[in-house]
Amino acid sequence: MDDTFDILATTTTRLYADLFPVDRIGGAAGWSEEAWRALDETGLPLALVPEEKGGAGLEPSAALGLVRVASRSGGTLPLGETMLANWLLSEADLPPSEGPASLAASRAGIEVGRSGDGGEWTLTGTVAGVPWGRTAQTLALLVAHGGETWIARIPRSGWSVAEGRNLADLPRDDLTLRTALSAGEVRPLSAFWNAERLRATGAALRAQEMAGALESILDLTVRYAGERVQFGKPIGKQQAVQQQIAVLAGQTAAAGAAAALAADALVLPEGTATIAAAKVRAGEAAGIGAAIAHQVHGAIGITAEHSLHVFTKRLWAWRDEFGSERAWSLYLGRLALAAGADGFWPFVTDAGARTLEEVA
Amino acid sequence: MERFSFPDAPHAPEAEQLRTEIRAFLREELKDMPAEARTGSWTGFDAGFSRRMGERGWIGMTWPRAYGGRERSALERYVVLEEMLAAGAPVAAHWIADRQTGPLILRFGTEAQRRTYLPRIAAGECFACIGMSEPDSGSDLAAVRTRAEPVPGGFRVNGTKLWTTYAHESHVMVLFCRTDPKAQRHEGTSQLLIDLRDTPGVTIRPIIDLQGAHHFNEVVFEDAFVPEANLIGNLGDGWKQVTAELANERSGPERFLSSMTLLVELIRLLGREPGDEAAIAIGRLTAHLIVLRRLSRGVARLLQDGADPALQAAIVKDLGSVFEQAIPDVARALVILDPDEPVTRRFGEVLARTVMSVPSFSLRGGAREILRGIIARGLGLR
Repeated sequence: MDDTFDILATTTTRLYADLFPVDRIGGAAGWSEEAWRALDETGLPLALVPEEKGGAGLEPSAALGLVRVASRSGGTLPLGETMLANWLLSEADLPPSEGPASLAASRAGIEVGRSGDGGEWTLTGTVAGVPWGRTAQTLALLVAHGGETWIARIPRSGWSVAEGRNLADLPRDDLTLRTALSAGEVRPLSAFWNAERLRATGAALRAQEMAGALESILDLTVRYAGERVQFGKPIGKQQAVQQQIAVLAGQTAAAGAAAALAADALVLPEGTATIAAAKVRAGEAAGIGAAIAHQVHGAIGITAEHSLHVFTKRLWAWRDEFGSERAWSLYLGRLALAAGADGFWPFVTDAGARTLEEVA
Repeated sequence: MERFSFPDAPHAPEAEQLRTEIRAFLREELKDMPAEARTGSWTGFDAGFSRRMGERGWIGMTWPRAYGGRERSALERYVVLEEMLAAGAPVAAHWIADRQTGPLILRFGTEAQRRTYLPRIAAGECFACIGMSEPDSGSDLAAVRTRAEPVPGGFRVNGTKLWTTYAHESHVMVLFCRTDPKAQRHEGTSQLLIDLRDTPGVTIRPIIDLQGAHHFNEVVFEDAFVPEANLIGNLGDGWKQVTAELANERSGPERFLSSMTLLVELIRLLGREPGDEAAIAIGRLTAHLIVLRRLSRGVARLLQDGADPALQAAIVKDLGSVFEQAIPDVARALVILDPDEPVTRRFGEVLARTVMSVPSFSLRGGAREILRGIIARGLGLR
């Protein structure tokens, strides 16, 4: 993937640099129809849709790698969510979204009805905290019904929005569904999919985004430590500061490796454990890394004016989304304990080294 | 921007085949070895075990066949190492020779040195130790004072090496020493092969560690004669060679698997009645382990590609030692040791040994502060 990926990464970096000058990063400030259209023209929202279904058919590592590149910019568009929603739709041979999309799993409180002849579906109830619900043109909603897993392709007219946001001011909206869909708009998914897997898919996305944001705060921190002079020399010349920044670099490397593992595991049937590990590790790196970046930046780093908070707030928010460290540690730990003392090491080597070829 | 590249390790079916063979070998070899004995990890010395490893071609396995190697890939070697460590196999006898002495000789040594040492190392019959640290030269390796003075036919060596692990069991030492006393700190140093079994003027004295064990030694050189043929590489290139050697020393799975036996025994104990709190703690450690493995395999890949992964190796070792050292604390937070209960009593023994071992994890092979200094230099801060 290397050469193609490098070209795509360069394109993505330039696009985001153009769309998101430093005064337009942070929160939902980046969103505009024009910005989305510029992104849409690159075909990136269809990155995970197979070529035969009209997409770009990129490997998950490449597609999510581009989300990581985008995340470094501090710019804001629902790229990752749209990529994943379109992939989910393509899994059930449904057409991709026209415009940005989001994804969610149905939950208790959503009433799912189906007419007796198997024709029409009705979906009623509220899904809370949907990323970019207000701008999405399509919601890919995973529905469990009749012992099977389905994906509903819900158009924008199918929900009303109560706007919400996470601590980084990114849209996390409550969507109240009141929609009737034809049989063609709700299609079965393979046994690969369930609510837990959907959450893991989102976790893999957030792990990549955290890796990108950590790369950015490492850059900001190294630069600031080289510029800020105290006691007659740049603070980055102080060993105490150097040691802390070295820890930040280590956490950044760990998050990057975690994100890469999660991307590789995205399409593997037994990949959930690996994604769990990645989300736990990236989330932990986010907390440690953000703390160090702020400590080195001093007071300027906690001002609205400086861009550091754009990234650190996202790190604090993303580590909690699609399952926190605690949630995924519990999941992973149960599996590890079930593997038992003598099965533990094989469990680790399987999670870390499984590749597409091995599973095929 | 991405400052550190950690490539993915390529898919290697032959390495997974090898993994199956090694697991079978270890099951048989270690079936009577109690957990508390496995806590020694790569400090556990068993010459017989090393010889059987050599018979199977698992020492020096990446080296050319002409020197007793098997010409296998760095990733296959990685599989051997991690399987040994995960099982707590007693690998100390051949560990240093396989990891750094052999590669050093292969890269910088003379043809005669390669033919003399490499086949014996690969057979698990020649054990090596590292003569780097001195009483006044630990992290500051360039402060080395041991002096090798050129004399007709070779060198006369005077000085003292300290913390020399398993010098008393080794056949050969790689001595890092000063050959030009007038040169600047990093210049004028060289590496010599010392035959520890047959060099008059070399005295090895034990240093007992806080567990009462004898791994460390003090090695004193008093007018010891070393033939010129034992110089590794060029006279005065010692610093350059030692730096290359240290990348090999810092990157491997031994930098995060040292407390593995404790983790496995913790899972055994908790598995009896697993609660959420235990699962969360084990899950977190598992996540760290899976990610460390990915990073470490990336370094193996870089080594295989002929790149210089000194910076990445420092990152892996730093993250790895933090992880290894945290495991006893996690165990103590989850388990109440009950002297009346035989199971926790045995576990307590494993825990105690690991507690006493962990301080060394962030010292050996480069102290934590030195590694973080290397990382800071890689970031352009110094």
